[in-house]
Amino acid sequence: MKELTTKLLVIGGGPGGYVAAIRAGQLGIPTVLVEGASLGGTCLNIGCIPSKALIHAAESFEVARHQAAGSQLGIRVADPQIDIAQTVRWKDGIVQRLTGGVGALLRKAGVQVIKGWAQIEDGKTVTVKPQDGEPLRLRCEHLLLATGSTPVELPSMPFGGAIWSSTDALSPDAMPKRLVVVGAGYIGLELGIAYRKLGAEVTVVEAAQRVLPSYDEELTQPVLDALKKSGIVLHLACSVQGWDAQHGVHVRNARAEEFALPADRVLVAVGRRPHTTGFGLEGLQLDMAGRYVAIDAHCRTSMRGVWAIGDVTGEPMLAHRAMAQGECVAEQIAGQNRRFEPMQIPAVCFTDPEVVVVGKTPGEARAAGIDCIDAAFPFAANGRAMTLESTGGFVRVVARRDNHLILGWQAVGRGVSELAAAFGQSIEMGARLEDVGHTIHAHPTLGEAVQEAALRALGHALHI
Amino acid sequence: MGIYIIRVPDIGEGIAEVELVSWHVQIGQNITEDQHLADVMTDKATVEVPSPMHGKVLALGGQPGQVLAVGAELVRLEVEGAGNLKENQASAPASQAQAAIVSEAPAAPVAGTETPAPAAPVSAPGAAPAPLRASAPPPRTPAAPRKEGERPLASPAVRRRAQDMGIDLRYVPGSGPAGRIGHADLDAYAAGGGQPQAGGGTQYVQRHGEEQIPVIGLRRKIAQKMQEAKRRIPHFSYVEEVDVTELESLRQRLNQIHGATRGRLTLLPFLARAMVLALRDFPQINARYDDEAGHVTRYEGVHLGVAAQTDAGLMVPVLRHAESLDLWQCAAGIARLAEGAKAGRLAREELSGSTITLTSLGALGGIASTPVINHPEVAIVGVNRMVERPMLRGGQVVARQLMNLSSSFDHRVVDGMDAARFIQAMRALLETPALLFVE
Repeated sequence: MKELTTKLLVIGGGPGGYVAAIRAGQLGIPTVLVEGASLGGTCLNIGCIPSKALIHAAESFEVARHQAAGSQLGIRVADPQIDIAQTVRWKDGIVQRLTGGVGALLRKAGVQVIKGWAQIEDGKTVTVKPQDGEPLRLRCEHLLLATGSTPVELPSMPFGGAIWSSTDALSPDAMPKRLVVVGAGYIGLELGIAYRKLGAEVTVVEAAQRVLPSYDEELTQPVLDALKKSGIVLHLACSVQGWDAQHGVHVRNARAEEFALPADRVLVAVGRRPHTTGFGLEGLQLDMAGRYVAIDAHCRTSMRGVWAIGDVTGEPMLAHRAMAQGECVAEQIAGQNRRFEPMQIPAVCFTDPEVVVVGKTPGEARAAGIDCIDAAFPFAANGRAMTLESTGGFVRVVARRDNHLILGWQAVGRGVSELAAAFGQSIEMGARLEDVGHTIHAHPTLGEAVQEAALRALGHALHI
Repeated sequence: MGIYIIRVPDIGEGIAEVELVSWHVQIGQNITEDQHLADVMTDKATVEVPSPMHGKVLALGGQPGQVLAVGAELVRLEVEGAGNLKENQASAPASQAQAAIVSEAPAAPVAGTETPAPAAPVSAPGAAPAPLRASAPPPRTPAAPRKEGERPLASPAVRRRAQDMGIDLRYVPGSGPAGRIGHADLDAYAAGGGQPQAGGGTQYVQRHGEEQIPVIGLRRKIAQKMQEAKRRIPHFSYVEEVDVTELESLRQRLNQIHGATRGRLTLLPFLARAMVLALRDFPQINARYDDEAGHVTRYEGVHLGVAAQTDAGLMVPVLRHAESLDLWQCAAGIARLAEGAKAGRLAREELSGSTITLTSLGALGGIASTPVINHPEVAIVGVNRMVERPMLRGGQVVARQLMNLSSSFDHRVVDGMDAARFIQAMRALLETPALLFVE
């Protein structure tokens, strides 16, 4: 078998793996990256990017339909139509451009990319059967696991046919008339809302009492209102029992009553599990933290020279966390002192309205025993929101009472995902309420709500 | 939740007590299994004590410098589950242990106060001990390490610089709003060698501080050994001049030919070789004297103590069976031991059992020295700086490379005549280096 020796071997070309490889390449570390599917991983191929493309298409279509029905802006359009096959082609074009870009960046950094599935032999040896060419044995000083995660399947409803995973839902062959979404977390709701806007009848089944159960109720209320207004039917506190083509999805509610929800397609979005099996990882007998590979603050596993980053290491399973970890590992291998210890990791939910959470919520701060103040500024009092016909939602800030150090930001509303940058920066820089409150924010923008929230927490908001 | 007592482990070889050198955890800290708790010292080796459990530190069993018996309470942990302390013992530890337990001192948080943190001395683990007595009154609010879980407040740029500089920001006082650490705070901390500094002012100021440095750990061991050696052993010192011109040219020639492949040689391996050969005729000098039992043990093998200066102080790692090593093996062995000693990585076995010691002041110069015998050995040979000096050879003034050997012997068991003849034998070998290779 052909052998290749390198200093760093990265398994997985998702956002964690490719960033680690690029950074390592920049630092002059001989690096090989092994990826069996497409570069860019879940994020670029079947996650963040294609879902946002679909959401944008759905929103554009909905605006057109809204205008056809008589818009108060005075715009009239004729009966709009959507060619879903063309939508999918457009989305695929974006994905191809981005994944191609990742390949180019890796080449520029001098990283050798091997297409094929890795099989771990030991902590320093991996074999690969490339898509073309003979099998390879790769030897390395440092092994980086960046194998990501996969959607969780329900035993009663395995993926296939009418049962969609999130991946299937991003490349529909045709528009379903009736879609049942199992799970009201962010993946289920983002796609459910998009399909509703594309014209499907959407029903959401959720086992918890609330939608987006990981966020607080105040924050998710505008989302709940929007879901109801959009005509999405919600079945909360209900469990899914199974599926048959004739009746649809079998559901049991909290009173143990069973009923069926007719559906052409069922999107199962009940979570993701780390990708830890099927490639020899078990043989390393690494310490695990539950289902995840256990790592320390340096992203080191329990085996010397073996590192792990991203979804395979646990929550939050977010691309930007994996990227930051990847950079951190590459720099350590280059001999730099690094720890992965951010003050915050932002989380964005691209529902309509969008939700963004950065740092601690009021509940989390209080649970940590911190005496805090929080204040919200509604978009109803923001001029820019009115011009965008989108006055729902608010920006909320959480700060220590004693020194006004900002601990967290949350926002819900149209376009608030873009506020994540300002939120994250203020926390990382150790800003206090006065720092944000006394920063001139451009008018008229949604960002004024950020300044006003800080001022309101200080007791003197100007526009409410 | 239960209480788990971690006791001073039995380190073996009949050791009944250890000296506590330093703590690597503090009260209130959550620790994980295998986390490094403390350094304890036995004889000359420092041993790391790991934690057998996850838990939260409730109490520490003493201050650095304290001597603890094997089995004494070292750390008290709060753990998940029952722990190993029974209910009726929980409130009443043994009186001796109770006296030794350091309880948690109240500490004001640094972050979370509006006023800038005072530039009070802060000891980071491993840093120099803080002054025990100072002319100024102690600050009211110590800028203590932040509580476990309380994160230092600093921008990403400051955090990254701190990582690059190897500084743990938890120990850096922040002068910014809400205790935020800025670049200047970091610079001041680094400039103070890990101590926060008050900024500004002229250099020409009266200084009134006093500092008591406890003589603990390795330094105490060194002090005890030196005192014992000088108190018990009537030293007889002997200094001789050696012409090492030929030896030096041989050394340089060997380095030219073999330096790249076998490693470069210093003078030390040649001295070791000369010593090994000379000792064959002076078995009474390669020996250890048990003066209480009243016998001298002579050794066929030469276990050569090689004095090494470390940050912590003088250590004497042992090159075992120096008689069986060629020049390069000897050089490699000495280099490995010196490096290990500096990094504190040597095992107890590598720090004990020497039969004679070689010490080099080399680059530090000096004409002669009076080395102290490494008790219970009976001899030590020191090397002074090599210098080029004019000498008369055959009526001509010529430049020669000269070096002094300064030696000390235990006069109780080594006669002056034997000592002098031994050094003369070394000198003969060193001045005619071909003899070093004749068996």
